[in-house]
Amino acid sequence: MTAPALFTYTLRLADNALILGHRLSEWIGHAPLLEEELALGNVALDLIGEARALYAYAGAIEGKGRDEDQLAYRRDAGQFRNILLVEQPNGDFAVTVARQFLYSAFRHPFWRALAQSKDATLAAIAAKAEKEAAYHLRHASEWLIRLGDGTDESHRRAQDALDELWSYAGEMFETDAVEQKLIAQGVAVDPASLRPEWQRSMDEVLAEATLAKPAASWMQSGGRGGRHSEHLGHLLAEMQFLQRAYPGVAW
Amino acid sequence: MVNSSDTLRERAWAAAAQVVDPEIPVLSIADLGVLREVRVAGDTVEVVITPTYSGCPAMRMIELELEAALRAAGIENLRISTVLAPAWTTDWLSDEGRRKLLAYGIAPPAGQASRRALFGREKVACPRCGSVDTERLAEFGSTSCKSLHRCRACAEPFDYFKCH
Repeated sequence: MTAPALFTYTLRLADNALILGHRLSEWIGHAPLLEEELALGNVALDLIGEARALYAYAGAIEGKGRDEDQLAYRRDAGQFRNILLVEQPNGDFAVTVARQFLYSAFRHPFWRALAQSKDATLAAIAAKAEKEAAYHLRHASEWLIRLGDGTDESHRRAQDALDELWSYAGEMFETDAVEQKLIAQGVAVDPASLRPEWQRSMDEVLAEATLAKPAASWMQSGGRGGRHSEHLGHLLAEMQFLQRAYPGVAW
Repeated sequence: MVNSSDTLRERAWAAAAQVVDPEIPVLSIADLGVLREVRVAGDTVEVVITPTYSGCPAMRMIELELEAALRAAGIENLRISTVLAPAWTTDWLSDEGRRKLLAYGIAPPAGQASRRALFGREKVACPRCGSVDTERLAEFGSTSCKSLHRCRACAEPFDYFKCH
């Protein structure tokens, strides 16, 4: 029974990386300045690269011959297992920065912990991703500080973005039976163990950004079980268009 | 047999080591540490490479060029495999590679790759005038492995090959 759990776990990691990577790629041609366009494109590329490695592994675990393209482009919204945070629309630049900050502050220590996994493939993917996530976190942190400690308008927008997205942060720390089993085997990471470091990033960066930490509130949940916001369907309609119109087409 | 497979491996390595990074053509994949290993089993050559960054778009191009370089060296039975572990690091960049980067106008990685603090900064020397009075303009440059900097002494902007 380990294989189905490992497949689900790997698929969730892959879906998070792909959907956030795709969201960031939507900024290409629209970013506020050229350097930032390059930065968002670079982060997107890292995330999509991580997703490819994870999908290839998920397909191998499943053993039904599905490759990375089939997993990325031939599943519908209900079959995606990403958290709701990553599918939220880009909004203004502050929303994109806040989303990236919340995600990277969790994902950086997550990859570092997963690099110690007893599963050699997940450990190898994580060891590479950890180094990249360090840049993603630094980039998002610097922008959040610049916006929060900037003009009245940038401060207001950064605070609004943080308040709007805060309720999506809780899903990163959820576990279910699938994960608990893998955690017990030393394969998966217990997200509760990452909370102190995540909390420290929140406290340090928000203080420097002069932003108020949103009050603890009810947290959104569902993406990991396939219950998504309406935004994911729209994202997939664009991302999957080519494979839907010409199934199986290859370069 | 031992001798002939050693010769084949040397020939294959020499051919593979000539392939350059399509995005930084002054560096070979051997200089970069992307070329990990060449194995010979019978008359089949296996070349093992590793990506710099997870999403490095140059990998497919490097595979194609490797295949062409090996065929040009008369090696027909070949396989190219990609490994992720151990994770690539700029510590593998050869001294020769660092010199080539500098001559090309790209500042080589400063020091050893290590865990960076959240707001840690590396001291980067300008590849033109050598001054360390430089500032980072952008964390991400024209490729994943570089960031964009400016020298305050000579006022030139330049790329920095990030410690990784």
